[in-house]
Amino acid sequence: MSAPSAEAVQVGYELPAQTFRIRRGDLVRYAGAAGDFNVIHWNERVARSVGLPDVIAHGMYTMALAARVVTDWAGDPARVVEYGVRFTRPVPVPDDDEGATVDVTGKVAALLEDGRVRVDLVATHAGAKVLGRAQAVVALG
Amino acid sequence: MPIDPSFAGRTYPPTEPYEVGIEKIREFATAIGDANPAYHEREAAKALGHPDVIAPPTFPFVLTFRASRQMIDDPELGIDYSRVVHGEQRFAHARPVRAGDVLTVTVTLETVRSAGGHDMVTSRSDVATVEGEHVASAWSTLVVRGEG
Repeated sequence: MSAPSAEAVQVGYELPAQTFRIRRGDLVRYAGAAGDFNVIHWNERVARSVGLPDVIAHGMYTMALAARVVTDWAGDPARVVEYGVRFTRPVPVPDDDEGATVDVTGKVAALLEDGRVRVDLVATHAGAKVLGRAQAVVALG
Repeated sequence: MPIDPSFAGRTYPPTEPYEVGIEKIREFATAIGDANPAYHEREAAKALGHPDVIAPPTFPFVLTFRASRQMIDDPELGIDYSRVVHGEQRFAHARPVRAGDVLTVTVTLETVRSAGGHDMVTSRSDVATVEGEHVASAWSTLVVRGEG
């Protein structure tokens, strides 16, 4: 995999979109790997008791999934030199085999100096945006 | 009780060194479902010019999340963690974290502001090697929901 050169990329260029499926087991695995054992990410009883519709995905898990649209395109993940998001809406993950899906699209929004580009990401679950101002800066060189 | 904005600028001592292992990077990459060879295979990472396996862009959060406990548990700040929601997260990488790095994190409370009855606490975590090489900075905004 190799990303296009900066010269070949224009504003509006669309990165290959991806859909991610999140099941309860994925949240348990992420909790262990990241060391984030907040109960609302694995215990439905507690999640509901604090007013959530269900167990919700870690925002950082959704952020990590969305990054893959950029890192897969960039070829070398090290080219992603900046990455930021706002967590605007939780992703509830039901206790079934289907889980929840998050659709992620990305578009080059600005050409920066030194062969860098800004990619704006849109991540949606059930038709609503779950990340706000999701932006990555990629050094295409 | 609202958090006193005058705490902005407070810096906590660097954390104890954290040694980044190749298996931890593989475990994290597997947990986010990412089979990118740069995260799993030394030879693939080396072919891209890296000295060892590199970590995904959000991996530093594993360290900075731990480090931010210093601020969250700071009794003078008085953050009620049961009311905390993660509002925003941003990373700036000087280079990727890689296997073999021995890293410390220094947390600085950058801003405290109130809006709509909530407190927004933004901290910056600077990740550096024990040799003093800057690796990444991570900004986290925690929303402390107001009572009632």
